[in-house]
Amino acid sequence: MSERSERAIQRCALSECEAERSVGAPPVEDWGSVGMSRAALLVLADGRFPAGGHAHSGGAEPAVAAGHIKDAATLETFCRGRLHTAGLVAAGLAAAAAAGLDPLLLDDAADARTPVPALRQVARRLGRQMMRAARATWPSAALDALAAARPRGAHQPVVLGLAARSAGLTPLDAAYAVAYENISGPATAVVRLLSLDPFDATAVLARLTDDLEQVAEQATEAAHRAVTEGLGALPAASAPLLDIAAEAHAAWPVRLFAS
Amino acid sequence: MTRTVPRPVAPQAPAVPAAGLRATARIVARAGHGGTSRSNGAESGGGTSRLPVLEGGGPFALRRVQSHADQARVCLVGAMSAPLGGDRLRIEATAEAGASLRITAAAATVALPGRTGELATYDVHLTVGDGARLEWLPEPLISAEGSDLRMTTTIDLAPTARLVFREEQILGRSGEHTGALRSRLTVRQAGRVLLDQETAYGPGAPGWDTSAVLGGHRAVGQFLVAGPEFTDRPAEVRLLGGAAGDGAAQGVLAPLAGPAALATVVAPDGLSLRRLLDQAAAG
Amino acid sequence: MHLDHQDGFPERHTYSAAAPVRGDGTRRALRIGLGGPVGTGKTATVAALCRVLREEFSIAVVTNDIYTREDAEFLRREAVLPTERIVAVETGACPHTAIRDDISANLEAVEDLEESVGPLDLVLVESGGDNLTATFSKGLVDAQIFVIDTAGGDDIPRKGGPGVTTADLLVVNKTDLAPYVGVDLDGMARDAKAQRGELPVAFTALKQPDGVKPVADWVRAQLTHWTTATA
Repeated sequence: MSERSERAIQRCALSECEAERSVGAPPVEDWGSVGMSRAALLVLADGRFPAGGHAHSGGAEPAVAAGHIKDAATLETFCRGRLHTAGLVAAGLAAAAAAGLDPLLLDDAADARTPVPALRQVARRLGRQMMRAARATWPSAALDALAAARPRGAHQPVVLGLAARSAGLTPLDAAYAVAYENISGPATAVVRLLSLDPFDATAVLARLTDDLEQVAEQATEAAHRAVTEGLGALPAASAPLLDIAAEAHAAWPVRLFAS
Repeated sequence: MTRTVPRPVAPQAPAVPAAGLRATARIVARAGHGGTSRSNGAESGGGTSRLPVLEGGGPFALRRVQSHADQARVCLVGAMSAPLGGDRLRIEATAEAGASLRITAAAATVALPGRTGELATYDVHLTVGDGARLEWLPEPLISAEGSDLRMTTTIDLAPTARLVFREEQILGRSGEHTGALRSRLTVRQAGRVLLDQETAYGPGAPGWDTSAVLGGHRAVGQFLVAGPEFTDRPAEVRLLGGAAGDGAAQGVLAPLAGPAALATVVAPDGLSLRRLLDQAAAG
Repeated sequence: MHLDHQDGFPERHTYSAAAPVRGDGTRRALRIGLGGPVGTGKTATVAALCRVLREEFSIAVVTNDIYTREDAEFLRREAVLPTERIVAVETGACPHTAIRDDISANLEAVEDLEESVGPLDLVLVESGGDNLTATFSKGLVDAQIFVIDTAGGDDIPRKGGPGVTTADLLVVNKTDLAPYVGVDLDGMARDAKAQRGELPVAFTALKQPDGVKPVADWVRAQLTHWTTATA
């Protein structure tokens, strides 16, 4: 984590109550757990965290079918594009939820940033599965409240961000977890879809760590701005091909992955 | 460790430039007599909408064109080359309650590099009142090599407002690379954000030219229709154009989470982009 | 105005099969998993069980395909249950993950069924055809059936593996084929006994009239035990 982001978190924790009310952030004293439990990040970001991700390719299945992904190099290109668009948006939402912004408003913000129903449904389904896992691993009143308000599932990054908060993690931690999952999902899926060498796929992830760091920090800074400027400060990067392919894939009669 | 990834420029408003054009165009359409009382919109009601405000300026010349039924029509005519780097351009258009307004353009807008390498801004703000209808159907925005444009489009819709909106971006003129083009589209409906999207293409936008975003395409566009009629009958998802991977234009028309439908299209060029957006518009 | 989620479902409180009651305090359905190698007759067993038991009990089915939705579509085509009682879980090419390591999607499916068509007595959770090591998580099902067949060779019970060894019921299907594939059914029974001790084994020939009876009887006994134990 960069010093800059640490400072940003401090700033966030000290921000004015007036601004917090506008986006529903809790009183300042509730922000104190920030940074207490970094090890929980390993649990949350573990690919085996039982929240349903294994059944989703993050758009890799249609990209493989279209010939866009055919080897490690093209997987890396795809993942880089996904990370800086859908990944950045998701990381911003997660960081904001971890910072204590109103998860229901964030859920609406996620809807506004997800223009196709196939991806909204996937995000909610995965959000519900994440909620189940999170309430079992880091029970909290905030998770219970969101589960009650969105029984069919809130957008997954919002739930993950709130889970991170319940686990005592920072907004930056939440952004890292979401950003990493955003590319590890497709990489794992491509190992299955193309029988790609798993060492090559993991090397792809390693080559993207600078990008990951950048996206996580950018998302966290945006989340901090959102405290004072409103949710419009959160990233809204669009990826037209991911949107188009998601709807096409949802209509496939036979497929290996749910998305 | 040296960072190899280009850091994108932060999206905050840049420092005030030393030089460059500042211009704001304003358009207001007001319902003709008898138009405001109709709850089902203005298409069939009252007289033709009037244009009490029609102010051009700078590069914007506004031309009143032949109205159609009750709809007032305005054509945006580019009076000079703009936006250039350093320019600050803004258009505000309002269709007041019950009014009907259509805005088109005579030609494509070309974002060009300025003398100082500074970025240009181009802000569009559309407001549509209850029972009003606004059609915003300009020609494409072309991002020329070396240009750097930040565009924002902010749309405020009253609960029973109707909107027809088209946006087309062409990345680079024929045979050249694209400039830097960052564009945020925010649509609010009855105070709630219906759509919030930012596109970022060209130098300084990591990942833009990848198979997750444009897949080699150089033209991208959206067609948005919003209105209360979608509340009970959301649009059906419709795939547009060719199969993925064959390089042809492709897109999808899909319902948003609120009462609106959005078509998103990527295409190798402006012509095939328009063709597919027209298909989406034809329903 | 939000068009995606206007339906209201009650909040759910359960995380796993550990709790025998639902959020509203009513007894949830008994969940039985069916696993086993490809082609042994899991889907056929599910179909036969539904036909035999659907008059006595309120039943629903969750399938976990390798290629999504195929088994569910087969069951719908066969009309063993009304369409809304059959749900497919997509597994990303790894059915054993969805039934054992990350059961979240299956739990959602089971709970959704109870809420949309419930109350249910029995939910059958079918795994996609996998290998001899695939077993269901105890967090997902209350009991599991492992289905093998004679065509796979009579040495499978002897080889063991978690499915054969630990399943609450081992089904050896296609006994009618035994003479043609040179399989010694008595030997299979002996080997199974050696691997499984007192755990039961059912020999079936689903093509024959009432061929699923041994399995159906075992399911009935499980249901009786479930309702008395959680009453």
